[in-house]
Amino acid sequence: MMWKKLFAWLDERLGLNDLYKATLDRPEPKGNWWNTLGSASLFLFLLQGATGIFLSVYYTPSPDHAYDSIQYIMNGVAFGWLIRGIHHWGASLMVLVVFIHMLRVFVTASYKYPRELTWLIGVGLLLCTLGMGFTGYLLPWDQKAYWATTVATSIAGSVPWVGPFILRVLRGGTDLSALTLSRFFAAHIWMLPAALTGLIGVHLYLIIKHGESEFPGRDD
Amino acid sequence: MAGSHHISRRDFIKLTTAAVGTFIGAVVAVPAIAYLIDPALKSASTDAWVPLGKLAAFEIGKPAPASFTRSIVNGWEKTVNSYGVFVLRTSETETVVLSNKCTHLGCHVNWFADKQEYICPCHDAQFGINGQVLGGPPPRPLDRYSGDQVKVEDGILFIHFLGA
Repeated sequence: MMWKKLFAWLDERLGLNDLYKATLDRPEPKGNWWNTLGSASLFLFLLQGATGIFLSVYYTPSPDHAYDSIQYIMNGVAFGWLIRGIHHWGASLMVLVVFIHMLRVFVTASYKYPRELTWLIGVGLLLCTLGMGFTGYLLPWDQKAYWATTVATSIAGSVPWVGPFILRVLRGGTDLSALTLSRFFAAHIWMLPAALTGLIGVHLYLIIKHGESEFPGRDD
Repeated sequence: MAGSHHISRRDFIKLTTAAVGTFIGAVVAVPAIAYLIDPALKSASTDAWVPLGKLAAFEIGKPAPASFTRSIVNGWEKTVNSYGVFVLRTSETETVVLSNKCTHLGCHVNWFADKQEYICPCHDAQFGINGQVLGGPPPRPLDRYSGDQVKVEDGILFIHFLGA
């Protein structure tokens, strides 16, 4: 058959079967729903990425246009409400799922040898996820976004000695301004996603290398 | 079950998987594509009947300036443009409205009653009282509203503006 020939040709050059075995057909301990939360986090990350790319088609990160462009997405663009709705609720859900994923790893002691690095990278992933929530919250540029960011950056500014400097770095100056909005936007769509993508890559490599941990039994 | 008219278990699974897969694909693809092409589907109709003022205020045989503004909304961005015209009542019942935009490079022409000409300040283009080219670089007469592009309702003069 034509397709079998084509697949064999590609497999010989790409090693598709090996890739399939390593990623999707690897040996698993007894199935457990709690072990699916990592995949759920990955799915939510991809969903947020896809809907976020779509939102950037109409969103404009400037104080003059941010609010109006989102109003336009919600009321003027076909299915804009759906894309933004998924991005909005997906954000909350992702923080929740990532956090429960962390709890599960902690409770089942899966962070122990040889998976300490997987845990450490997971900490980075959790922080990046929270960073995505923090930077994304400002982008609608409404009253809630403005004051939430004012308060949160002020908290960061209360650190002894370096606080005022951290505040100026976060806000791009002393005040919450156009500079704050554009740097939060840059962090939200370029820097944090780039960091997340890299960390996810290593996280997945380590999971495939070490396999998933056994669920602790009665004797453990 | 060979020879049976029943569909085999394997074929049934194949068929339902394909059907459900197609449905899910469509549920994702239709909103995604509609979202992206949405602005292209909206027709921007800019034509409208624009009031220029009371007809009685314009003297017969004497061009008088009038102006109006039109706004265009693109997405969340609203642009307001001003337009200028000259209203010339050629008779008690006939009115011609000329755009004041020079057909050469778009400067605004002025009416000089002593010369009975519209003259463009940029390159000295000259137009006659009805908009015809008398001299200078313009390629065609001034844009005009006449006939059924002009109407009077309750004593107010309207022109049918087609857009910029």
